[in-house]
Amino acid sequence: MRRSLGWIVALGAMSVACALLGLAIGPVPIPFAEVWRALIGTSTDADVTTIVRQVRLPEVLTAGVAGAGLAASGLVMQTIFRNPLAGPSVLGISSGASLGVALVLLLPPTLFVAPIPREALSIVAALAGALGVLVLIVLADRRVGDGITLLIIGLMVGYLCSAVISVLQTASLAQSLKGYVLWGMGSFAGMDLPRLPWLVVPVIAGLVVAHVLIKPLDALLLGETYAQSLGVHVLRTRRLAIWTTGVLAGTITAFCGPVSFLGLATPHIARALVRTNAHGVLMPVSMLLGAVLAIGCDLVVRAPGYAAALPLNAVTSLLGAPVVLWVLLSGRRWARSSTA
Amino acid sequence: MSAMLHTEDLTIGHGHQAVCAGIDLQVRTGELVALLGVNGIGKSTLLRTLAGLHAPLAGRVTVQGADLATRSARDRARLVSIVLTGRPDTGLLTVDALVALGRQPWTGPWGRLSAADRAVVDAVMERTGTTALRTRALRDLSDGECQQVMVARALVQATPVVLLDEPTAHLDLPNRVRIVRLLRTVVREDAKAVLFSTHDVQLALDLCDRIVLMRRLERPWSGTPDEAIASGALEQAFAGSGIRFDRASGTHRFLP
Repeated sequence: MRRSLGWIVALGAMSVACALLGLAIGPVPIPFAEVWRALIGTSTDADVTTIVRQVRLPEVLTAGVAGAGLAASGLVMQTIFRNPLAGPSVLGISSGASLGVALVLLLPPTLFVAPIPREALSIVAALAGALGVLVLIVLADRRVGDGITLLIIGLMVGYLCSAVISVLQTASLAQSLKGYVLWGMGSFAGMDLPRLPWLVVPVIAGLVVAHVLIKPLDALLLGETYAQSLGVHVLRTRRLAIWTTGVLAGTITAFCGPVSFLGLATPHIARALVRTNAHGVLMPVSMLLGAVLAIGCDLVVRAPGYAAALPLNAVTSLLGAPVVLWVLLSGRRWARSSTA
Repeated sequence: MSAMLHTEDLTIGHGHQAVCAGIDLQVRTGELVALLGVNGIGKSTLLRTLAGLHAPLAGRVTVQGADLATRSARDRARLVSIVLTGRPDTGLLTVDALVALGRQPWTGPWGRLSAADRAVVDAVMERTGTTALRTRALRDLSDGECQQVMVARALVQATPVVLLDEPTAHLDLPNRVRIVRLLRTVVREDAKAVLFSTHDVQLALDLCDRIVLMRRLERPWSGTPDEAIASGALEQAFAGSGIRFDRASGTHRFLP
């Protein structure tokens, strides 16, 4: 317990440190002292204040919140489906969200009525797509009830969505196509302060609910029947978990694109660190680790030295895949937990 | 003595398919009862129905006089605990954390253990001989150790009724005896009512207070081990399967 508390404190400190780095590093490097002055509003340089407050702060906050949210949704899914491969990008949830966004971004603008801004619409569409796929997965889970089949179903749903998206792509305008492709690479940038609450509020709500789920998720480690015998409403827990992961993954995908790997990999790395799967420890550790990894990846994305920003998904996969492989192949049995 | 666990004209089954009907069962406080019957006769279904995990097709289950169906899931979990067959895949979970999960019906919304909860867990682990296993994972244990841990988890739940589905399956003889003797001690010392299904007829005859026999197309038979042999009920339940009961010695032999 003391060991896990140590990890929580260390990861908390690391996420703050990464966030400060995120504010300082970029095309225009800014010294930490200047960053601090810009944050508290005593900087004399208007440009620095703008860069720190309007550009980098929203980006760092977006990365932190999205990382924490993806990690939490991955962890909840891995326990609920009793499957170590579950995660927003594996079960087709990101694909569903992508399809929703593609429909909004790629269909001719004349199809949409003016009063609703496209951006708001694409968020709703991403949420609807994510929840739609989740409901499908749940129904399938009811019928087949085994993890491998479920993953195959998730893959098939992903293929279906990609197929529809590519048909849409061929028929769309070059301008809208570029917008969609950029969104699909994933990015924590481009967020501004006024829009930030639309991401932060649903994700924080999701993270709170994820903490409420800690006790029933622990019981579910024993399997559904044991959980039921311990007084857990399994069906209610499942539904709540699915709504939570849907809102988390859907909102984050809408704003940041289908960010790969973080949702799947973070809980595994967290388990390897704290060597437990009790959710009271694993949930906060995964969230903090997710925030650290996301901010870290974002730093790599826009590190000085090259002209354009790297695609976020390339970075998360380049960092994430070797880590997961190392965790799986390092021969430590504790890392190869087959259930969450 | 009053019945702790009681069923009235209970019909059990899945969906609309009844497995067994007209079950009038009583398990009294301080009684260790074995549930015998051939494979597929409905022992597991009966145990799950008694735990409130399956809805009865008809009739009712009462614990301490309260109808189980009218109680909340949490209340049910405070009245009846169950040990299922098989070893759950709990990954990295330590034995200590696993056993502590049994306190869930008594803990608050975050599942945090109070000092009192912790004391219950420690006492039960000491008593079940699982203290030395506390930092191990379930998958690293032998079948015997695993069963002790699962029994400990149920006892930690501190319910007046404990149900166990084939707790002696896959165990060697000394471990089988150890588990049933542990159950006997618990029943006597804690005034619990314990019902477990088993295929160890001899163990049931020697160590249990009463035997319930599930029979095809008939209501379950219930009585003391002596009555089970003397009345020929046991012989009848396993009729035609090449087993002969010696009524004089209370033992059975297998026919070649």
